[in-house]
Amino acid sequence: MPISHQQVTRVSLLGRLLLSEEETETMTAQLGQILTYMQLLDEVDTDQVEPMAHAVEVSDVFRGDQLAPSLARDLALANAPQHDGECYRVPAVLGDA
Amino acid sequence: MNKPYAIIIGLEVHVQLLTSSKLFCGCSTAFGAAPNTQTCVVCTGTPGALPVMNRQAYLLSVKAALGLNCQIARLTKWDRKNYYYPDLPKGYQISQYDMPLSRDGHLDIPDPEQEGQVRRIRIIRAHLEEDAGKSMHDEVAGKADSRIDLNRAGTPLLEIVSQPDLRSPAEAKNYLTELKLLLNYLGVSDCNMQEGSLRVDANINLHVATPEGNVATPIVEVKNMNSFRAVERALAYEAQRQWELWQETGQRIGDVPKQTRGWEEEAQITRPQRSKEESSDYRYFPDPDLAPVTISEDAIAHVRQSLGELPADLRTRLVGQFGITPYDSDVLVSQGRPLVDYFIAAAEACRDGKAAANWVQQSVLRVLNERQMPIEQFPVPPAELGRLIDEVQSGKMETSRGREVLAEMLATGKSAAAAIDALGIVQVDEADLETLCAELLASNPKVVDDLKQGRLKAAGALIGQAKKRNPNVNATRVREICLQLVQRM
Ligand SMILES: [Zn+2]
Repeated sequence: MPISHQQVTRVSLLGRLLLSEEETETMTAQLGQILTYMQLLDEVDTDQVEPMAHAVEVSDVFRGDQLAPSLARDLALANAPQHDGECYRVPAVLGDA
Repeated sequence: MNKPYAIIIGLEVHVQLLTSSKLFCGCSTAFGAAPNTQTCVVCTGTPGALPVMNRQAYLLSVKAALGLNCQIARLTKWDRKNYYYPDLPKGYQISQYDMPLSRDGHLDIPDPEQEGQVRRIRIIRAHLEEDAGKSMHDEVAGKADSRIDLNRAGTPLLEIVSQPDLRSPAEAKNYLTELKLLLNYLGVSDCNMQEGSLRVDANINLHVATPEGNVATPIVEVKNMNSFRAVERALAYEAQRQWELWQETGQRIGDVPKQTRGWEEEAQITRPQRSKEESSDYRYFPDPDLAPVTISEDAIAHVRQSLGELPADLRTRLVGQFGITPYDSDVLVSQGRPLVDYFIAAAEACRDGKAAANWVQQSVLRVLNERQMPIEQFPVPPAELGRLIDEVQSGKMETSRGREVLAEMLATGKSAAAAIDALGIVQVDEADLETLCAELLASNPKVVDDLKQGRLKAAGALIGQAKKRNPNVNATRVREICLQLVQRM
């Protein structure tokens, strides 16, 4: 298998996804299939190909340092599960602020 | 240094760049707005919103990097640094991983051990990234939750990473002071620590001399320092703590994982912080929403030309051109370019650099401090101050009278000449001065006796009386003339 049960557990922890044992099994199998398919690319000879930083060959896409209107606060907060009209409210963040 | 160990310090400094809008969207970067009023779909990480790079942020970064003598990458790209934290709405920070926009520079700082010497601190890299939001802990009514303000999210930050070349807390402070001055002169950042536009993290450990050679102790990262003095104190505390810990445990680098500690200002100690991530696995990968950025030799040369005179060069020039001491030059340059320009204009007007340096430091800076005013708002133009200095230097009045004239100029907006007139200051004729002294001696026989016996302090009483009769008299001359007259008696 191209990805182990242990790797899936670790990635789900980093991604803050709580997976049951059964779901982890399913994910390991499905991610494995995807990765196996992607391994097709290994067959391409890329020795002479310059590595790219981006999928399309564009560079230097800029905007000027211009202000644009921001969202009204009630609109910005509208989709938050919890807010107090001023700030988003989240479970306590401990440690450094 | 007689300690059996060397202190090894490297600093990571984040400065906010002076742009009007954020790094990837048009929201304002202004400090102090009401929470969550400067956000949009891009900086709140709404799915589907696309970032577009602010050109000014990139150019300011290149400018800072050139000021730090860094190599500029012809091709640079941005990467996603993945971690979950409530103040990071996208779940990743757009930063630079393996192709930073600049690397391999240096900054020369004053050596705290040897006056007039510099220490060269190498810079590993300087790269451009976005800031996160701000979380505030709230325990109102027993509900312990956190409030998140995303105004700051997406603000452009330049991260400047030094080599671990700093050898004492005092050097760390000098490095920060010099870095801040440089970035101020370049117009890249205002480096205001109170407003969070300059933040410092420090890595520190010890190299202990042992019979088997030097041994490195575990590296500790220190955060949460809110002033340059706090950085100096936190590092001094941390070095001592590590020394004691080494004697107790003998732990070496690699024996324990790198620890993060926070400086606690009230207690003046560092305490361990809970780390953000169980592991620092940020799974960097190139951001597919942003195109790489290239820069040509011409464009780099163009930015280099815009650097202007840097603080180190300016210090040297002021000493050479105006004959002032390196100390005075440093004081003036540390105040920023506008004050230096004021000094130069005043010095040129009175053709006396030393006198101008004294007046600017003793009178102008004092008034600016008292009134909490920038030099741009100082009511007396430098040419007028120069004229006043000229009058004092030519002996028309004493320095203390000159200060009264300056006070009059500040209060009324008068020119130097008009203020001198208004105070009735005229140079007292030598003959008049002799007459006055002769009269004073005649009416103060006791003082004359004292002077004859060599009790020269007694002359003070005569000067006081002379000033009362004519405030324009020069105290030094009154004293000289009286002593001459007594000798001739
Ligand atoms: Zn925005």
